[in-house]
Amino acid sequence: MESVGGVMSKKFITSGTVSSRDGTSLIKIILKEVTSNKYLYIMALPVALYYLLFHYGPMYGAVIAFKDYNIAKGVLESPWVGFKHFQTFFESRYFGRLMRNTFFISLEQLIWGFPAPVLLALLLNEVRNKYFKRTVQTLSYLPHFISLVVIAGMIHDFMGRDGLITDLFTLLGGKRTNLLSVAGYFRTIYVSTGIWQQIGWGSIIYLAALSGIDSMQYEAAEIDGAGRLRKLLHITIPGMLPTVIILLILNIGNMLNIGFQKVILLYNPLTYETADIISSFVYRTGLGGSFQYSYTTAIGMFQSTLNLILLLSANRLSRKVSETSLW
Amino acid sequence: MIRKRSIGEVLFDAINYMLLAGIAFITTYPFIYVIFASLSDSKLLMAHRGVLLSPIGFSFNAYRMAFVNPNILSGYGVTIVVLVAGVSVNLLMTSMGAYVLSRKTFKLKNIFMIMIILTMYIQGGLIPRYLVINNFLGLGNNLLSLILPHAIMTMNLIIMRTNFNQIPGSLEESARIDGANDFIILFRIILPVSKAIVAVMILYYGVHHWNSWFDAMIFLRDRHLYPLQLVLREILIVNSMESMIESGAGGDTEAIGESIKYATIVIATIPILCVYPFIQKYFAKGVMIGAVKG
Repeated sequence: MESVGGVMSKKFITSGTVSSRDGTSLIKIILKEVTSNKYLYIMALPVALYYLLFHYGPMYGAVIAFKDYNIAKGVLESPWVGFKHFQTFFESRYFGRLMRNTFFISLEQLIWGFPAPVLLALLLNEVRNKYFKRTVQTLSYLPHFISLVVIAGMIHDFMGRDGLITDLFTLLGGKRTNLLSVAGYFRTIYVSTGIWQQIGWGSIIYLAALSGIDSMQYEAAEIDGAGRLRKLLHITIPGMLPTVIILLILNIGNMLNIGFQKVILLYNPLTYETADIISSFVYRTGLGGSFQYSYTTAIGMFQSTLNLILLLSANRLSRKVSETSLW
Repeated sequence: MIRKRSIGEVLFDAINYMLLAGIAFITTYPFIYVIFASLSDSKLLMAHRGVLLSPIGFSFNAYRMAFVNPNILSGYGVTIVVLVAGVSVNLLMTSMGAYVLSRKTFKLKNIFMIMIILTMYIQGGLIPRYLVINNFLGLGNNLLSLILPHAIMTMNLIIMRTNFNQIPGSLEESARIDGANDFIILFRIILPVSKAIVAVMILYYGVHHWNSWFDAMIFLRDRHLYPLQLVLREILIVNSMESMIESGAGGDTEAIGESIKYATIVIATIPILCVYPFIQKYFAKGVMIGAVKG
């Protein structure tokens, strides 16, 4: 929220810089600006340095995707090879498998994982007893804060041969085995445990949207004789819809950004067939032994390009459909 | 206003309450199971099938043995060192960045903001990031590799800046007239009136440092530098994977190991559970601030 004063001073600044055209006075102006605000620039320096080193540094380093990077020669001296690494990846036997796994895990996560917190928020919204509501909320947030390693460790344990979930699974007629060693189960395990981790936490934002609905609307509807179902359909759902749409766009935009740390913690050679996704492959081939830096950087770049295209198109689509967009 | 409730409404409420209680149970019970199992006798636990309603053959043996493991103790130590140093760096850097970006007179503010937001959408990727940190900066096998690259989380920076923007300018104006510079204004005036957001930041960054393991795995080689989560990964996951691959479909875990695993989980999770009441209150607030500006 910019105050009126802020806008005015901004205008003042721009008009000031435009009027100074010739070179020497520009340097003088810059020098004067820096010295009169020197503490501000001293503070900005480490922050700028952080972003340059740890964010823009890797962006620059990504040029090795188009080179044959060699540690001894460094980024600059390594020879250019154009799109060789991308081509190798597209023609490799892993390409199809990685694309398929990345796509299907993303899709299942979106289809099952996205509506879950929305539904939870709607259910919670119908609860009148606020202590019950608060207790359910507090308990459902819990998995969100437990470290991924512990969560994955628990999954390993519960789905192991003698695990709690394996017990339930055999009770329902399944064969007793380590569930994480079966390629066909991986996606289901990944997505369902993801819902378990995030359902409570994800519902917060929808509950906030619901609490923002004007209570006058409900009162007016009651006077008009609307029941609970009516109020749900005509006030509650339309009231939270903009939030749902924005988050849906965000989710679609980030769809392919699967939490690969969890994949790495849960998969194993027996389940690579269904579990190995682009980013876990990049990690395994780039850092987990074979150190093919240029090749894996190219694969990573391929994925981030896909991500960006997806995000931009999801945003454009939503702007057309609903006038709500990210920027 | 008391309304008469129809039968359908009563039925709906009953189902709704049951569903929600079920969800709360499913999200909580696994942790309760872990606690019960950690307090159980290993042999009895191995023979047991299905849910646990209380510890079986109550004993603290598992905890005694878990604490004997030197890796867990050293992991704990490393994690605490990284947490304290890391959060200090986080607070310093994030508050300076937020302060600079909240100055309306700062000429580079908009360029800065664009450069920072851009990093949320475009990244160099895992491998170039690794090469910058490990090869270019030479931080490999150094605990600084867990601190410096995480000095600022952009989302937190934006949340803090939003907060600073809401502080009335009159507060600092009088200080400036008295000759205070930007450092004094930030540390003596802005931060003291922003205690709530500082608390949020400590929790956000603290939980982040406590839970992170991936960077430690790729950057650290000496075992004595391993933080707790990496030690946990070996105890809970690497062993399980190995036994799974060796026996094809997964063999029996050793009887003694079983309840120690659970005790290890409890030991590693207790600090988070202790701050949980604060976290869940403040984190929820953070989600809102992030959502408004995001």
